[in-house]
Amino acid sequence: MAVAVQHDDAHVHDEHEHHENFITKYIFSTDHKMIAKQFLISGILWAFIGGLLSILFRLQLGFPEMDLSFLRFLLGDWIDATGKLDPEFYLALVTMHGTIMVFFVLTAGLSGTFSNFLIPLQIGARDMASGFMNMLSFWFFFVSSVLMFQSLFLENGPAAGGWVVYPPLSALPQALKGSGDGMTYWLLSMTFFIVSQLLGGINYITTVINLRTKGMSFSRLPLTIWAFFITAIIGLLSFPVLFSAALLLMFDRMLGTSFYLSDIYVAGQALHHTGGSAILYQHLFWFLGHPEVYIVLLPALGISSEVIATNARKPIFGYKAMILSMLGIAVLSFIVWAHHMFVTGMNPFLGTIFMFLTLIIAVPSAVKAFNYITTLWRGNIRFTPAMLFSIGLVSFFISGGVTGIILGNSALDIYLHDTYYVVAHFHLVMGSASFFGMMAGVYHWFPKMFGRMMDDRLGYIHFWFTFAGVYLVFFPMHFIGIAGFPRRYYSFTAFDAFRIMADLNSFISIAAILTFSAQLVFGFNFFYSIFRGRRAPLNPWNSNTLEWTTPINPGHGNWVGQIPYVYRWAYDYSKPNAEQDGFTDFIPQNVPYSQTPNSNLPYENELIEIEKEEMLPTDTTLHTEKVPE
Amino acid sequence: MIQLILVFAAILIIGIFFAIFRISTLASAVMKKPGAEKDSQVSSGNSLHGALFIILPLIGFGAAGWYGYKYFGIYTQPHASEAASQTEPLFWIATAIIIAMFVITNVALFYFAYKYRYRQNGKAHFYPDNTKLEIVWTIVPAIILTTLIFTGWKAWRNIMYEANAPKNAQVIEIMGYQFAWMVRYAGEDNKIGRSDFRYVDASNAMGLDFTDPRTNDDIQLGQAEIHVVKGKPIELKIRARDVLHSVSIPHFRQKMDAVPGMPTRMTFVPTMTTAEMRQELSTRPEWQVIDETTGKARFQNFNYEIACQEVCGRGHFSMRAVIIVETQEEYDKWLAEQQPYVEKNKDYVVKAIEKQKRIKKEGLTTMRESANKGVRQTASF
Ligand code: HEM
Ligand SMILES: [Cu+2]
Ligand SMILES: [Cu+2]
Repeated sequence: MAVAVQHDDAHVHDEHEHHENFITKYIFSTDHKMIAKQFLISGILWAFIGGLLSILFRLQLGFPEMDLSFLRFLLGDWIDATGKLDPEFYLALVTMHGTIMVFFVLTAGLSGTFSNFLIPLQIGARDMASGFMNMLSFWFFFVSSVLMFQSLFLENGPAAGGWVVYPPLSALPQALKGSGDGMTYWLLSMTFFIVSQLLGGINYITTVINLRTKGMSFSRLPLTIWAFFITAIIGLLSFPVLFSAALLLMFDRMLGTSFYLSDIYVAGQALHHTGGSAILYQHLFWFLGHPEVYIVLLPALGISSEVIATNARKPIFGYKAMILSMLGIAVLSFIVWAHHMFVTGMNPFLGTIFMFLTLIIAVPSAVKAFNYITTLWRGNIRFTPAMLFSIGLVSFFISGGVTGIILGNSALDIYLHDTYYVVAHFHLVMGSASFFGMMAGVYHWFPKMFGRMMDDRLGYIHFWFTFAGVYLVFFPMHFIGIAGFPRRYYSFTAFDAFRIMADLNSFISIAAILTFSAQLVFGFNFFYSIFRGRRAPLNPWNSNTLEWTTPINPGHGNWVGQIPYVYRWAYDYSKPNAEQDGFTDFIPQNVPYSQTPNSNLPYENELIEIEKEEMLPTDTTLHTEKVPE
Repeated sequence: MIQLILVFAAILIIGIFFAIFRISTLASAVMKKPGAEKDSQVSSGNSLHGALFIILPLIGFGAAGWYGYKYFGIYTQPHASEAASQTEPLFWIATAIIIAMFVITNVALFYFAYKYRYRQNGKAHFYPDNTKLEIVWTIVPAIILTTLIFTGWKAWRNIMYEANAPKNAQVIEIMGYQFAWMVRYAGEDNKIGRSDFRYVDASNAMGLDFTDPRTNDDIQLGQAEIHVVKGKPIELKIRARDVLHSVSIPHFRQKMDAVPGMPTRMTFVPTMTTAEMRQELSTRPEWQVIDETTGKARFQNFNYEIACQEVCGRGHFSMRAVIIVETQEEYDKWLAEQQPYVEKNKDYVVKAIEKQKRIKKEGLTTMRESANKGVRQTASF
């Protein structure tokens, strides 16, 4: 399969090609495509672990009376003699589920996979700006993963203070078992994770800025790349703040400092800490935390822009508006963090400011939703599995987004904060939407990754069960939230107010188990198709972007010979009169305007002159490669 | 039993998926007609997906609407505070608006998906942008949102700003600790005395400062059952002794975190006594249901409850306190039975004063001695 890459001045990695062995090819690879696959497969494995944890605590929530002894083989003494789950381990499960899903699956697994895979392929680059840093990025993630995974098996359990790990709870082993070694592991793991993100992010940004092929101006970048680019910038600016939050927490835990701790009497003892502020941690955490939700979501939106345009056979509606709203979201995402803190005792005047800022961010989000819907309008839609997942994404984005309008209204958030209403909100808008974006990406680019097709019938089954399942799980949570049920409760029997709707909770748990089972179909399809899938054609979705001009199994360096030049944007689908130019309903980005005189728009005709002068003379790909008919 | 069923269900489902996969693979191999590849643009089920995008959402909307209507009385908690009277209408107006947005946009999405599904000779409409449309759908949501915020803003200021709190509020202190609440009434002077976490010991769980004369009339309750008078504003002074907690009073639609080292506050005005609320609920069918835990009808159990709503550890889910809203007479009667802490624990207080004076003089030194061995003391940041 190793395609010998021809020597090419622009290609710095050539020397490695010739002595590529198993280790350099599959493990310490510097090829962005292999690194992407490493991220993807780790992400998928993490998703199964994270999902399994959620099933465990859903059993507790849905069937509080249930005898869980049968789980003892897995959970050991966390199941007590009467078959009940330990309440602290319940918290540990919730915490690990959140951490794994947000960071390891939807940040590393989604952004790490597709930024790595698509940036060089879609902008026309041989590889990332620094293949070595890129490799480091994965291996830091790997170390981080190992630490987090290992923490699951610690005697006192993993971190358990919620994925936000607010101190003092997370700082005091006396207060919570998971705040002992488990929390140390969590902090170390996150430190490695942040390093990984920064190495990756710097690479994505420099690659997009510096290594675009000739003609690939920013105004011709596919929206996927715009999304990854903006995501990387957000990450680069916000992850360091999480790092400082974690660092200060480590100091408080290990060196006895008082950044976050003050006036504490716990386990029969007054601690020496004075003057620290627990709220400070929350500010720092959410200064990353809110941008993080967009770090998770934007790549998914980018992917779905590409998939929806391709499969609706239409240009994405409002390309410029899409970019502007992503930029708007990126800027605003840094100044809304305190909407997670309306009732923490923060000055209510600040709450007022953040309420206004928060509701502004709803506007660009709404614009994006409308643009997706309009892209479908009068399309000629092919429901590939990727397309179905993208449509599902848009639906979740809307359904979860509208409740943000209520939560962002601080007066209403007083009641709803930390209830299941919030859980419903972010699982739809962030969790499920981004997860669907990831799935759309996998189904769409699988042929490019592995040279084979995934089975689409299994894909359809996977989609419909998951789509229905997600709504069955998360929609009812709104009702539970309106009833005021608090998050992170082991059981609801202690309160008169919450001894209701047990049947709805059981329903949710059953739906969750079904939805999880449907992911096994995906797992099977994915791994089976890597080895036994139908061989992929060159451009299976009749797509315009550059990655489909590479060989079916591109080697390190991506293109054999010269990298194609780019002459147009990525969305010339169903362009009027394209038939007269010899095209069907798509004109790839590497086709010059001079070859499509009939379908060109007036201003495009004007570009032909420039094209002839600056590009065509040196574009050797036009002579060697036949333009798709 | 249940777990067996679940395991079987899971196995069955996986089995079914696998069977479908095998059968359809075989079937497609057998049935592949020559020339069937002609239109390989889409898979054969394309229209099926379009149809499912209509059918499933219809079922979904129907089910959600049915549940929302039928169980309205269950999932909406009764409310009885001035804050709730302000936010409840806002919540339902906002909910109506977002339901409209939710339905319209989702219907458009699914309908377009269905309507514009692939046709063999169909052609998509090349429609890259429309500035006017973009402007419209930037401005319309902006206007709707602005209106919503301004109404919310007013309620927020009324409820949260200290400056807007009633001046004559009765002061009650509540302290969260793992895993319960402790309550102290300010007594006749309506001022709570100082407290210090270093004074905490087995008898003085709230760390009351007995050198402060304002402490003398403070009443510390033995159990977290707060008695308040209907219509009379209460100022809750909130603190935490160990980790974060949150005082959430669902029936008052109010909530405020309890933060170690940073006292917080909340003002509320209850508008219905507990008895009145039980009376009112007794007419509603969903409240006449028998609660299995207590064996009584739900309305008889009704209490205004405080639930901890910031994760605080193992017992987080059972950190409960009760607020009993009553008439002035009932309250006075109850109050007459309470005794200030200092009077109730005379002997202890005499000893404690000595200790507190010493701690105060030595400042943090004592703390250093008692601090965990092995934990190094550094300057406080
Ligand atoms: C329409 C725009 C949105 C608004 C106005 C909004 C508003 C809010 C508010 C106010 C909260 C805090 C609720 C609380 O804890 O009481 C919240 C929570 C959250 N939102 Fe949004 N949101 C919006 C969109 C999004 C998007 C697009 C995402 C993800 C991509 C997202 C992810 C989250 C997450 C993860 C949380 C909860 C974090 C936690 O407490 O664990 N939101 N949202
Ligand atoms: Cu946020
Ligand atoms: Cu708690």
